[in-house]
Amino acid sequence: MQIDLIHEARRQAEICNACRYCEGYCSVFPSLHRERAFSDGDITHLANLCHNCRGCYYACQYTAPHEFDLNLPKALAEVRQDSWKAHAWPNGFGTLFDRSGVAIAAALVLGFALIFALAQTLRPESGEGFYAYMSHGLMVAIFAPAFLLPLAALAVSLRRYWQSVGGGMLTLADFWSAIRSAGRMKNLEGGHGDGCNFEDEDRFTHARRHFHQATLYGFLLCFAATSAGTILHYGFGIEAPYGLFSLPKLLGVPGGLLLCLGTAGLGWLKTKADPNLGAPSAWGGEMAFVCLLFLVSATGLALYAVTGTGAVPVLFPLHLGAVLAFFLLTPYSKMAHGFYRLLSLAMEAKRARQADKV
Amino acid sequence: MTTQKTDPDIVVIGGGNAALCAATTAAEAGARVRILEAAPKPYRGGNSRHTRNFRCMHEGPLGPLTDSYSEEEYLADLMKVTGGKTDEHLARMAIRSSEECLPWMQEHGVRFQPSLSGTLSLSRTNAFFLGGGKSLVNAYYRTAEALGVEVCYEAPVTHLQVEDTHVTEVVYSHQGTEHRVSPKSVIVASGGFQADTDWLARAWGPAAKNFLIRGTPYNRGVVLKDLLDQGVEQVGDPTQCHAVAIDGRAPKFDGGIVTRLDCVPFSIVVNKHAQRFYDEGEDVWPKRYAIWGRLVANQPDQVGFVIIDAKSLELFMPSVFPPIKADTLGELAQKLDLPPKQLGATVEAFNVACGDTSGFHPTELDGVATSGLEPPKTNWARPITEPPFYGYTLRTGVTFTYLGLKVDENAQCTVGNRAVQNLWAAGETMAGSILGQGYLAGFGMTIGTVFGRIAGREAAKHAN
Repeated sequence: MQIDLIHEARRQAEICNACRYCEGYCSVFPSLHRERAFSDGDITHLANLCHNCRGCYYACQYTAPHEFDLNLPKALAEVRQDSWKAHAWPNGFGTLFDRSGVAIAAALVLGFALIFALAQTLRPESGEGFYAYMSHGLMVAIFAPAFLLPLAALAVSLRRYWQSVGGGMLTLADFWSAIRSAGRMKNLEGGHGDGCNFEDEDRFTHARRHFHQATLYGFLLCFAATSAGTILHYGFGIEAPYGLFSLPKLLGVPGGLLLCLGTAGLGWLKTKADPNLGAPSAWGGEMAFVCLLFLVSATGLALYAVTGTGAVPVLFPLHLGAVLAFFLLTPYSKMAHGFYRLLSLAMEAKRARQADKV
Repeated sequence: MTTQKTDPDIVVIGGGNAALCAATTAAEAGARVRILEAAPKPYRGGNSRHTRNFRCMHEGPLGPLTDSYSEEEYLADLMKVTGGKTDEHLARMAIRSSEECLPWMQEHGVRFQPSLSGTLSLSRTNAFFLGGGKSLVNAYYRTAEALGVEVCYEAPVTHLQVEDTHVTEVVYSHQGTEHRVSPKSVIVASGGFQADTDWLARAWGPAAKNFLIRGTPYNRGVVLKDLLDQGVEQVGDPTQCHAVAIDGRAPKFDGGIVTRLDCVPFSIVVNKHAQRFYDEGEDVWPKRYAIWGRLVANQPDQVGFVIIDAKSLELFMPSVFPPIKADTLGELAQKLDLPPKQLGATVEAFNVACGDTSGFHPTELDGVATSGLEPPKTNWARPITEPPFYGYTLRTGVTFTYLGLKVDENAQCTVGNRAVQNLWAAGETMAGSILGQGYLAGFGMTIGTVFGRIAGREAAKHAN
């Protein structure tokens, strides 16, 4: 990892530790105030725990032009981004984070072209719905590895990360605590329950928290819809297309709508927020990722809406191409943050538990 | 934001807690209010930016405060730190009003948090702002602006024209031009004069040049001096201030909370001749930190040196700058530029005077004292023997001065024996009306909030 980024975050954390005014905003400060000295692993842990709510920045008496020049959300965002790069597997793929925007665009074009070409050349002779354009077998042949291999790569990355922050064993309670915290985005509540600072300087709102919730739950519903489809297909022999009152549609349609709304909101907020309170170099990639998720959900919904019309041959490869790009880049795009965040929340639960015992 | 087409009803000079409480209260009473803040926006809020809590009387649990804190106990705490140099009538008024202030603060956007880690002893008496004073200031600006209060940054006031018992004109500069307005009411809430080190030096002598100014560099006492020169009645002694002993490496201005050092009770403190000069263990630190600024100010070159050993390093809150570290006392003396022989002798004499340390308890008065030593150390006296040894330099850090405008219970200023009809003062600029000397943590915000609200109410009444 880049030692200068860690140095700068440590310099700032030491000032924070002598001040402590921000203790109630989020999980970062109680964690920080527990230590007297910060190892590289501690700084990496704090960086991944930070949700970039920015409460501490706007409350800080030491931001520029003060000579202490504190900007903790930025310092931690830089370390966080760097930690994902450094732990990415296979080695070298981490640099994709630096070019996330370009990578997403390229993957998207390639994904679209590939699916389109396959749909044209290997078009099945029979089949219903989407299977009229691509056989179920071919879809599985493409998407099963495109889904599983990146997840395996991510698992290796997370394992490396876990070792660098001094991991160790977690209890079920630690995981449960992490899931509860992420489930309600506790760290974007601001401690007082008024929300976080983001789109309008020091004004506290729930906008970012709610759009993120919509994105998170929308995504999970879509994932559940796909899983339900898989189970129906293999477990019960019920094949797509599914009707509106089937499980995949009941989960997928609201999921798609939520995901559309959430990502559109997050993208819009991002245009309002000060980019200098995050990692400026990551801005483009993050925005591209939000747009990609929007594209996945919007094309998914649109595809359902145009069922049976002439738009399907265009929308179908567009949607599957976007999904393919999304899957392949999961370990090297903003998507990775969810996994790292969950681990850091669990780690924090563990550290708090151990500190309580002493 | 700054149309300035018509004169406002009320001009509030200053942009910290007291100014904002006054402006908000006046605006809620229907007055058109303009705030003239000398600092640029990132530094708005004066010393309030650096504050962290509000000392509050309460009959039972209130907001973040536990248990109860009665008027009599609050007053007794105040009397103790000020050595009785307190205007009891105004002090009681401030204390009594503090209880209703807390919910008012919440209604106006201030958010509290439980007592910070390392400050548990204050959980009953002081309500901590979530995010500290700057977040309080941010919330108040949002509230004030929503009420239509007009805010001008980088708008220092240069003169108030006082004629007989009236302020007839306020002169200030803003965006490169001079402005003159004649509001119906004027509220001064622009702090003390501590950032004007020449003024400090006139009061203290050249020693003041060695002081660090812990608070905002924008409180230079321009308006205060202007009013005093025109005969507006003053209160307080120019050498009195809230001054604490802070890390000698702190910035000259604006170092704020992080420059504090909490290690004195576990140390010996020596002057530049490596001699002790005061009982380091007199009381728990929150009750003593405010006297050490003056103690250090009275030493040669206005500097002190804290000496601790390895066993005490983790007993206090971390310091913003790491301590100077050495394996021997001789090496530490060298690094701190102290006479090594004398430091050795002072530590030796102290160590010999230490007795049974088995009752040592870092957070309570433990009575682990020296015997036969002058000055004694009456608590937490453990020999300094365990390397590595650590040292910090101590300097006097001034937060705010007490010389100010004398006000009555309506926060109104006077000239001769007559009230100035349209002039009120709130916050540090009139805190000397209550505080003669010494300081009680969180009381500055109490004075600012209580008298800010009174000034706003009275100024609006006059303007309407």
